[in-house]
Amino acid sequence: MNQSEDKRTILLVDDDTDFLFQLQAEFTAAGYEVLTAPNGKQALEVLAGIRPDLCVVDLMMEKADMGFTLCYKIKKKDPSIPVIMVTSVTHETGIDFDATTQEERSWIKADALLDKPVRFEQLQREVTRLLKG
Amino acid sequence: MNRLRVLVVDDEIYIRSAIGRTLESLQFPMPDIDETVAFTFEEAGSAEEAIEHIAKNAPPDILLLDLKLPGISGIELLEQMEDSLAETLTVMITAYASIETAVRATKSGAYDFLAKPFTPDELEQVLQKASRHLIVAKQARLLAQEQRQVRFQFLSVLAHELKAPLNAIEGFLNTVIDHTAGNDPAVYEEMLRRCRTRAQYMRKLIIDLLDLTRIESGRKKRNVGEVNIAAVAKRAADTMQGDADARSISITIECDPGLSMCGDAGEIEMVFNNLISNAVKYNKEGGRVDVRCAGQDDTVVIEVADTGIGMSEEEAAQLFESFVRIKNEKTFGILGSGLGLAIVKKVASLYDGGVFLSSVPDQGSAFTVRLHSMKMDLAEGNQ
Repeated sequence: MNQSEDKRTILLVDDDTDFLFQLQAEFTAAGYEVLTAPNGKQALEVLAGIRPDLCVVDLMMEKADMGFTLCYKIKKKDPSIPVIMVTSVTHETGIDFDATTQEERSWIKADALLDKPVRFEQLQREVTRLLKG
Repeated sequence: MNRLRVLVVDDEIYIRSAIGRTLESLQFPMPDIDETVAFTFEEAGSAEEAIEHIAKNAPPDILLLDLKLPGISGIELLEQMEDSLAETLTVMITAYASIETAVRATKSGAYDFLAKPFTPDELEQVLQKASRHLIVAKQARLLAQEQRQVRFQFLSVLAHELKAPLNAIEGFLNTVIDHTAGNDPAVYEEMLRRCRTRAQYMRKLIIDLLDLTRIESGRKKRNVGEVNIAAVAKRAADTMQGDADARSISITIECDPGLSMCGDAGEIEMVFNNLISNAVKYNKEGGRVDVRCAGQDDTVVIEVADTGIGMSEEEAAQLFESFVRIKNEKTFGILGSGLGLAIVKKVASLYDGGVFLSSVPDQGSAFTVRLHSMKMDLAEGNQ
């Protein structure tokens, strides 16, 4: 049996090349197949050909709320793909939002929200939880 | 049209109605501040009535107040209502314009006096002076508010720009400390190298920010003298040579070795540094950067052309704003402060000059900066 067929695929979307590098190294080491995209447009191109098992999306990309838009589009395309949104916005602006209640998830369209900088153990816990569910 | 509310407090009804008639048709154009002022007449026959009126209708813009009233006096009214009349201009109407009452009233916040009996002309003059004072104060308040808003926006963006490298560095450090990226030491080494690069760019952002704010505030000490342009261009090119070599980019300088102008060498070097650094960063492997300088009379023209990624007209239009960095597939992974061109533009404006850009996507960009030599006598005043 081909081992790579067992691997779960994660799509990482962020306009910060270092963030992609960090998470790609960690997810790869943890045994995942990793795809990356530097913006929402390329992420959608990837999604046109492949169904990843999970997406990690940055909130602030080329347009300030591109992460929200991208989440919406991923969920519209396939509601069963879990999406984790990563952001540093809450600290800076004082705007507070979360994705813990059903009502919040319904407009944010993300299954979990994490603050930057991301600690891999914490991110991996969310990934494991969402891939089980 | 700016309509100011005038409350007239006088126990003599014929004075109130006379003032009312004058106010009705009165208008002052203020062409220098682009405003026209008209008035709304409101009245009260005693201080007690005035207090009630103010409580019900909010404080007026101008209070025409008779000093001698039955019951509570004009001055007592001012003292009692000090807090609610903080933004109201008070003009005292009095038949006894003694120095003593004038001093007392001014202490209680009166702005001007009108001595009884007064003509409509005298009333108009006092009102014109008072309204100009009010309108200018209002505009100053609006401006201050706008500046606070701009400052808040600038600080929010700045906070984001400073957070981005810190997030990347902290993220990498977490990975290295938690050892969550597998067992290949080369991966961890690369992470530390990237941490260093982000820290360096963070420092550059802070230096650029200080340069920009110093230039904007006019606080920067300028060392004005004769500046040799060819030497400054060479210095700036040498600084970028390492980065250029790493990607096989050649830098050429075409400049009369004797070309010089009067100015601050540090400022002119900022222009070259930022333009040459951009020309290298946004270039293609094996590309070229051509620096050309020419002078005529008191003008120096600097052109920095590259064979890089270029940009669309839409992108070019927003390029000179603070923290604007063009984000697309071609610029992905290129680091910068987003302040370089804002600095170039600021410096050019100090020399009565400007920055011009022509760019073709995928072929390259050419930035032209025109600087006027400073006058030596003016320069001495600046030293």
